[in-house]
Amino acid sequence: MSTGLVSVAYVVASICFILSLGGLSHQESARRGNLYGVAGIIIAVGATLASVDGGITAIVIAVLLGVGIGIPIANKVEMTQMPQLVALLHSFVGLAAVLVGFSGYIDPLIATSGTEHTIKLVEVFVGIFIGAITFTGSLVACGKLDGRIDSKALTLPGRHLMNLAAIIVCVFLGAWFLGTESMALGIVALILMTIIASVLGIHLIMAIGGADMPVVVSMLNSYSGWAAASIGFMLGNDLLIVVGALVGSSGAILSYIMCKAMNRSFISVILGGFGQTSSSSAAADADQTVHESSVDDVCEELRNAQSVIIVPGYGMAVAQAQNGVSEMTKILRDKGVNVRFGIHPVAGRLPGHMNVLLAEAHVPYDIVLEMDEINDDFPDTDVVLVIGANDTVNPAAAEDPGSPIAGMPVLEVWKAHQVVILKRGMATGYSGVENPLFFKDNARMLFGDAKESIDKLVSGLRG
Amino acid sequence: MKIGIPKEIFEDERRVAATPPSVHKLIGLGYEVIVESGAGEAANYSDAAYEKVDAAIATDTSSLWKEADFILKVRAPMENPALGKHEADLMKEGAFLVSYIWPAQNPELLEKLAARKITSFAIDSLPRISRAQKMDALSAMANIAGYRAVIEAANHFGRFFTGQVTAAGKVPPAKIMVIGAGVAGLAAIGAANSMGAIVRAFDTRLEVKEQVESMGAEFLVLDFENEDGSGSGGYAKQMSDEFIKAEMELFAEQAKEVDIIITTALIPGKPAPKLITADMVKSMKPGSVIVDLASERGGNCELTEPGKVAHHHGVTLIGYTDLPSRMAKVASELYATNLVHLLTELTPEKDGKPVVNMEDEVIRGLTVVHEEDITWPPPKPESPVSPKPAPGTEEPSAEAKAAAKKDADRRSLIGKGVLLVVTALALYGVGAHAPESFLQHFTVFVLACFIGWQVIWNVTPSLHTPLMSVTNAISGIIVIGAILHLAQAENIAVGIMAFVAVLIASINVGGGFRVTHRMLKMFRK
Repeated sequence: MSTGLVSVAYVVASICFILSLGGLSHQESARRGNLYGVAGIIIAVGATLASVDGGITAIVIAVLLGVGIGIPIANKVEMTQMPQLVALLHSFVGLAAVLVGFSGYIDPLIATSGTEHTIKLVEVFVGIFIGAITFTGSLVACGKLDGRIDSKALTLPGRHLMNLAAIIVCVFLGAWFLGTESMALGIVALILMTIIASVLGIHLIMAIGGADMPVVVSMLNSYSGWAAASIGFMLGNDLLIVVGALVGSSGAILSYIMCKAMNRSFISVILGGFGQTSSSSAAADADQTVHESSVDDVCEELRNAQSVIIVPGYGMAVAQAQNGVSEMTKILRDKGVNVRFGIHPVAGRLPGHMNVLLAEAHVPYDIVLEMDEINDDFPDTDVVLVIGANDTVNPAAAEDPGSPIAGMPVLEVWKAHQVVILKRGMATGYSGVENPLFFKDNARMLFGDAKESIDKLVSGLRG
Repeated sequence: MKIGIPKEIFEDERRVAATPPSVHKLIGLGYEVIVESGAGEAANYSDAAYEKVDAAIATDTSSLWKEADFILKVRAPMENPALGKHEADLMKEGAFLVSYIWPAQNPELLEKLAARKITSFAIDSLPRISRAQKMDALSAMANIAGYRAVIEAANHFGRFFTGQVTAAGKVPPAKIMVIGAGVAGLAAIGAANSMGAIVRAFDTRLEVKEQVESMGAEFLVLDFENEDGSGSGGYAKQMSDEFIKAEMELFAEQAKEVDIIITTALIPGKPAPKLITADMVKSMKPGSVIVDLASERGGNCELTEPGKVAHHHGVTLIGYTDLPSRMAKVASELYATNLVHLLTELTPEKDGKPVVNMEDEVIRGLTVVHEEDITWPPPKPESPVSPKPAPGTEEPSAEAKAAAKKDADRRSLIGKGVLLVVTALALYGVGAHAPESFLQHFTVFVLACFIGWQVIWNVTPSLHTPLMSVTNAISGIIVIGAILHLAQAENIAVGIMAFVAVLIASINVGGGFRVTHRMLKMFRK
């Protein structure tokens, strides 16, 4: 296949990818968007295969094997495990970037000299650096999301200095790498840098706590894009550059949106350690009491309500309560109750995590609303059910300027007539901040596992 | 505590403030209930039915008033001609009362109640907020009045509502105009529409257009620059003179065309606006009917005679003021339920002891006399649409805020400046030193970043997870780089590395797209 045809195929593939992302702007066109993505990658791989001379067998085996492993994993995964899977897949991109980077240095596809050579070496170096951070960082994120690694932020003393030192060492290694003529020394420099970057990736993500995971995962998503882009520069391949840039900016925007939803700067999330140093300074008065409720009472309230808003959080995902919630929604809607869902942007462990879970449980997406869409409606709502959410409904964010989460936009559930909170116990949320919501007069606690409580509510509402 | 349900003494009042089912619920709240003998008769509730649910029956009117600590009734307390005493004076000192009171029109009644230390809840003064809807007797009664208005109109109208084509000839459908699309207006629209009439409706509040259309009527729009008549609490406000002129022209035009006009226009605290002039009545077709639901407050039509049916220029004008009472059974049921909800709010402990929580917006609005104080009017309620200010415990002073803002502005300006300079320097460096081939790729890269930036902002937040998994799958495009290396690998180490890279990148591609597909399949309307 001629270079011209390959270039044209790459352009078509690039357009497919852009259409793919564009398609995701609405639910109606989203599936078509995914198909565009598939078409893009098939065109790109096909054109590449047609253009290479040797090694077809090995390539086909590797591709088929990879796809053969990937699809069954994707088929098997539970929707609640989605965050882990996405993080794991990010790590693969990171690792692939590292491997391609090394290959590109040892066995360059295009011979270069002079400035071009220097630029290429920089590209190799940067590509491997980002790839390595993405690789180990994503693995740690995956472990944390899966519960294999403690999701609490790991705060080593002087961790900022350690990170800084690691980066400085990498810069020096980079200078050495560019300066050396010998390939052996170059490889040593690259390997050293890869190790340092890997450790840096681990350390960076270890320091970030569980509730900041939406930011972390989208940030790693962004990194995997930049890694692909820098490999594209190294290979002089525009398709990789375009796709890398698309993915990179997409992840960056998502991170930005998530940070804004928590009213925190990107830097403060990345530096990690949130919530541990500033634990509940505004501790609640000891004499405040919570009002406990029973399943029967909540059923009664729901039955008499005209408007109900359900606010799910990570607790719903953990308890796998989404199907019960969907069932309950259906019963209430059949009774003519206006049931809607209020989703905080950082609810769950992945941007849009709650939406996916609710969609899985067949909750119609047009009653699942964003925080900004629904916040004004709380005063007119009879009952709000808070299921496993804590910090995202904490009135302290709006009312207590001294609170560590002050200024974070939250769902203003306390303005509703009645708030019922399904919760396992009185533990604080991720941020370690006491939640004054529980002590409000219109708040009722329904203690217990979210799934069990919801199942009881469902049978109570049926009866 | 004992709740007393007296028989209504207002002329032609057939409603009663409690029904046997509501009495049962009141007893459930911890109260004892005494019902005056014959109180529910006009609404078809016998004394025996009340006794069945454990209510005591009082045969003597004055003993009921004397015994009860909490009176539930429909009409405001009035002079009892049989006993020669005012009902307020019949009550126990310090008792409670729920009824219509119309505090704005009845200041002397308030004073009378306050003098007797009777804590009085005026069901007509209920704040119009969603939480209070279950107690909203005005809406419940307006609904009945709207329905009944159509029935009365049909009764006096000499034709079918539906158009019919029969062997004996063709009959056109009735055309009905409803003025004022409040609860009564909407109920009238619904009833008339379901009987087959062509219904048009007018309201000064533009926000009700959708509701009118949902009930099956055409919304008449004035050719007038947007003036919205929504006042506080979801009621209408008074309009400008030009608006009223345009409105009158519309009515004059419609009057010639329609067969039935149902008017429900009221402005809180003001006499009903005169919307249908004598000339308009004259211009209507003979046999037409006007039902004036505002007749108790003077009427929307100049010729309305409150409480009566009048005939002018061949047009029947119905001015009944007791439409809900004409459907006493359902009206009593709904009113009684409203009161049960109110008492449930008042008795949080279900121990038969009312608690008057003046902090509660609803209770505060209802309470027109609290012990010996007249507490009407309540502090002005907020309008239903106006955005509430964000709650904050202590607002920093204006200067401090301005200073802080200035500071933040300056900082962000400096930040932006630094960013701009750095970007400019970086671009200069790239442009001055980088070779041609790099610059081409660089162009592509920057443009792609911008495309990504533009495209991603449009993604709906609920699709962020699929977005992430699809971008993840797409970033598996790195497989291309790996393939190119694997194809040309001469060195075995490079070959292995490239093979592994192709393998894992493919896992990423296959898994990523597949999982995205699964997720997207689940999103359904």
